[in-house]
Amino acid sequence: MDQQGILLVSHGHFDGDLVDKITYDVKIEFQMPVQLEENHMDLTDYYDPKRRQYDGNQLLKMLDSLHENQYIRTMGLFRVDLFIPILTFIFGQAIFKGNSGIASFYRLRNEQYGMPKDDFLLYDRFRKVVIHELGHTFGLVHCFVPSCVMRSSTYVEDIDQKKHHFCSRCRSEMSLFINHSIKPH
Amino acid sequence: MANKISLLIVDDEESVRDSLYNWFIEDGYHVDCAADAKEALTMLESHNFDIILADIKMPGMDGLEMHRRIKSLNKDAIVIVMTAFASVETAVQALKDGAYDYVTKPFDPDDLSHLIRNAARQISLQAENEALKNKVVSLDNIEDIIGNSKAMINVLKEVESVAQSNSSVIITGESGTGKELIARAIHSNSSRKFFPMVSVHCGALSEDLLESELFGHEKGAFTGAMFNRKGRFEMANGGTIFLDEIGTISPKMQIELLRVLETKAFVRVGGNKEIKSDFRVICATNKDLKKLVENGSFREDLYYRLNVVNISIPPLRERTEDIPLLVDHFIKKYCISMSRDMITIDPAALQRLEEYDYPGNVRELENMIERAIVIGNGKEIRLKDLPLEKDIISDSSDSLQDLEKKYILQTLNKYNWNISRSAKALKVDRVTLYNKIRKYGLKASKK
Repeated sequence: MDQQGILLVSHGHFDGDLVDKITYDVKIEFQMPVQLEENHMDLTDYYDPKRRQYDGNQLLKMLDSLHENQYIRTMGLFRVDLFIPILTFIFGQAIFKGNSGIASFYRLRNEQYGMPKDDFLLYDRFRKVVIHELGHTFGLVHCFVPSCVMRSSTYVEDIDQKKHHFCSRCRSEMSLFINHSIKPH
Repeated sequence: MANKISLLIVDDEESVRDSLYNWFIEDGYHVDCAADAKEALTMLESHNFDIILADIKMPGMDGLEMHRRIKSLNKDAIVIVMTAFASVETAVQALKDGAYDYVTKPFDPDDLSHLIRNAARQISLQAENEALKNKVVSLDNIEDIIGNSKAMINVLKEVESVAQSNSSVIITGESGTGKELIARAIHSNSSRKFFPMVSVHCGALSEDLLESELFGHEKGAFTGAMFNRKGRFEMANGGTIFLDEIGTISPKMQIELLRVLETKAFVRVGGNKEIKSDFRVICATNKDLKKLVENGSFREDLYYRLNVVNISIPPLRERTEDIPLLVDHFIKKYCISMSRDMITIDPAALQRLEEYDYPGNVRELENMIERAIVIGNGKEIRLKDLPLEKDIISDSSDSLQDLEKKYILQTLNKYNWNISRSAKALKVDRVTLYNKIRKYGLKASKK
């Protein structure tokens, strides 16, 4: 296979070893090589001054075009507040059965909701969003198993209720998808 | 259920169509898009859609007119209109004409999800009502509940029969038996599965914290409450709230809980606005609630309110035939999560596991397997990889000296007579261990 596993692209500076830990978790969960790359590009073009947020659709398109065909999947990690035109905010999004996804920790921080800072909770939420969005790129839809990482979550406490692992059904569906779509030989 | 539901998005803005398409395709719906009313109506002539999400302002034909025509083509379709603030009045007119609901752009993700899940639930309930007469309901999403013993089959039958109702449930069982898994199975097999199951571990929170967690709080309600915050009852709207360790809550919280269960309404801490929430309650306890009622530490009225259905989970020692299945399940689970090749278990080790009485139940077995995989040889779980030494003394009538001799010998065998590792495990120095070996005449067995 020419493609090189999953690429995580961190945009901006993340404190401590947050993205390293997430890189490890993604590697374990998807059982494939994962590379981490830092990117410090100027995101001004993606900023919507009316909403004071960053356009998730455009960022996803940009990421998808930058890393086309180099990696099996590419995931952009952001610090900024993301939106798409119809929603007030998003934690992340992905191209369903596509090559790319994005996730931001902006709305995952306890401080956003008037709660004390909690680094572990932030890490735990962020890895769940990243793994969830990558799951969509591998053809997984939202799951009804309450503990499955593919369970739909629209607020942070909802994210806290699930684990960062796939349930066995999602895992086997993903394996089938990978075997059929990514490993043609 | 969601993958059977079809959805048509009608909006003249491409970015809106694309965003909604991506959002709903990830929910497993069949999604189609139309750029205007004319295209939508053409599609509706050849396809039936369960839910139609249409912008109210579009060039050519507005959403209201389109809504009327949709209803004439498919009266069962659920139509939700999308509107900007400026056209709320038109949206209200659409509701009067029979639209299911309306949403104002841009939507809060939670509002949009709730709205579509409500619609999906209505559709699935209609379909289920039709099918129920002839169909034997089988449980779904119970992959983490392992076992085919008669005791577990009985528990699953109870789950199956109670899932479809709205009754409160108390799940009882010793610590580590999997009470939360059973609660999740009930939720996942109910019509509430489209909505969250919110868990609260009552025993881990002080009275004040629990109150704030359950009911939420208003900004300024107490020091540190800088923002309004939804409580767990509010988050569980449409879904299930799981109250673990219910036997630990204070008398004051028992009164509060009883009132909320009776009215399904509450006020946030520091607030004055009544909030209504539609939730189902599932509780769990490892205590004998009946006894707590008898000794006055748990309210009788709350007990009867909660105890509509009682599901009792047997301890692992009463379903030992499930142990091989559980062992196999945990080996797979941890080998995958630790990125290791799949391993097996030595028959002698499995037999020992089947003989053990598990005061910590399935959780204890799971921990044993995880530990054995970590410290083991990477090929199979051996007897010496299992932390079962304490059984030497549990039913023994040996003298202290005999027990010490057996324990030292077992530890030496476990570490292949490596004196340093054995001494470390026994928390003695190497000289002391050599003295004990000499004193008891211990020798390594020949293999």
